[in-house]
Amino acid sequence: MDIALKVWRQKNSQTPGKMVDYKLSDISPDMSFLEMFDVLNEDLSHKGEEPVAFDHDCREGICGSCSMYINGRPHGPQTGTTTCQLHMRSFNDGDTIVVEPWRARAFPVLKDLIVDRDAFDRIVQAGGYVSVNTGSAPDANEILIPREVADEAMDAAQCIGCGACVAACKNASAMLFVAAKVSHLAVLPQGQAEHQLRAERMVAQMDAEGFGACSFTGACSVECPKSISLDHIARLNREYLGAKLASNNA
Amino acid sequence: MSWVTTTLSSTLGRKVVMSLTGLFLCSFLIVHLVGNLQLFKGDEGRAFNEYSYFMTHNPIIKTISYLLYSSIIVHALMALVLTRHNQASRPVKYAYAKPEANSPWTSRNMGILGTIILVFIIIHMRTFWYTMHFGPVVLNGETITAGSIPQVTYDGEPIKDLYAVTVFAFSYLWYVALYVVSMIALSFHLVHGFQSGFQTLGLRHKKYSPLIEFLGTYGFGIVIPALFAAMPVYIYLKAHHILF
Ligand code: HEM
Ligand code: SF4
Ligand code: FES
Repeated sequence: MDIALKVWRQKNSQTPGKMVDYKLSDISPDMSFLEMFDVLNEDLSHKGEEPVAFDHDCREGICGSCSMYINGRPHGPQTGTTTCQLHMRSFNDGDTIVVEPWRARAFPVLKDLIVDRDAFDRIVQAGGYVSVNTGSAPDANEILIPREVADEAMDAAQCIGCGACVAACKNASAMLFVAAKVSHLAVLPQGQAEHQLRAERMVAQMDAEGFGACSFTGACSVECPKSISLDHIARLNREYLGAKLASNNA
Repeated sequence: MSWVTTTLSSTLGRKVVMSLTGLFLCSFLIVHLVGNLQLFKGDEGRAFNEYSYFMTHNPIIKTISYLLYSSIIVHALMALVLTRHNQASRPVKYAYAKPEANSPWTSRNMGILGTIILVFIIIHMRTFWYTMHFGPVVLNGETITAGSIPQVTYDGEPIKDLYAVTVFAFSYLWYVALYVVSMIALSFHLVHGFQSGFQTLGLRHKKYSPLIEFLGTYGFGIVIPALFAAMPVYIYLKAHHILF
């Protein structure tokens, strides 16, 4: 296949960037989108130009690092997949593909397509955990959890922290991510002790990072590679409001 | 900061304010609609005038009306605060975005739709509410009434003839068109807004969410705006002896 690319190039967070055109030929439809970028970068290296910087790690849809805004959508035209799981057969011969980094105040561009997603880590550090005393591992069946509850928790726990929800949202809101992180602990007995403080602290951190508010457009859930449901955002709203009305925290 | 100010300065707390004021306005729409349906009675406006008299003189209704005015103001101000915050959350826009692939148009344009509704509310209040309370109104360079709003007498009791003001206002085609366009904006605002208001409060469950979706789409999205829009159209056609 012949492909024309328009890629965002930016030297570092201080320098303004711009879209740059590239042409590639003999691209196999079986290549993944990232492999196509590997070919581009090899070309660029041979020509003595700086390769395009992009995040990637597992290349099998589990690490969440391969952030690319492709043809107007996070992770490209397919739903339920990451960029590394997207294949060139999803495009046509002769297509022009526009590739940009995630755009959000809370995700500053570091270089080319790489953005700084530390804001997500800081939100999780604010309360996305269960405090336990270290020691020997607890017995697996000590706390019995009904199947439905475990499933609901697992649906939320699938979140890989990729940031596609923020990238897709017109408000650059991180509500789906925060909802997933609050929800998977809120439904489990282990998460009960800290559930009020967790919701309050994580929302406060989300706001402090400069993410937008939720307008319930549903774009996040459609673009989420793990198809995390808007039900979790409703639960986050309940957790937060309930905590504000009932907790003893400031 | 107290817990109240912390909550109200969070994005979630601000959305709760949007939701509560918005849903309160939705409940008001039903009352307003039922009352105004009296316009369709072929009684030269008697039922409508008596309803207007009741609404402006009943102390409970008067108290609720202040809640209503403040809801509109708070809803609009909070919309401004949230919209500005949301825009600031993405300082650099995408060169090429395809939002129609993942979200409905209405959900992405609540601010524009709301602004149309706000302009409508101001014009609407000027024509009817202001006239009812403070007297004559000048429409299109012509004064509707000289000095004061006309009176009618039912069973020996004189009351203000708001029906005459209504018929006069809706005899202008541009004024009718303004109402119809505004009701389309209201429809789009509520198709998304009604459902979103419940989501914001965390009220989402497979037991009742389908009902909320149904009411939002058909009730608040179609039936209510359509009936409101039918009033000026009906009166215009009647005033010009077309159809009725
Ligand atoms: C006065 C002019 C108005 C403006 C400027 C306005 C603006 C807005 C905006 C921007 C939103 C979306 C908030 C967001 O995306 O987070 C919204 C939501 C909403 N609006 Fe309005 N609106 C207006 C009038 C109305 C009226 C008259 C009604 C009802 C009859 C209404 C009902 C709602 C509801 C139910 C919501 C959903 C709240 C939520 O998402 O939690 N609005 N409005
Ligand atoms: S909620 Fe979905 S889109 Fe958002 S970070 Fe988690 S996996 Fe990615
Ligand atoms: S590289 Fe790990 S999810 Fe794509």
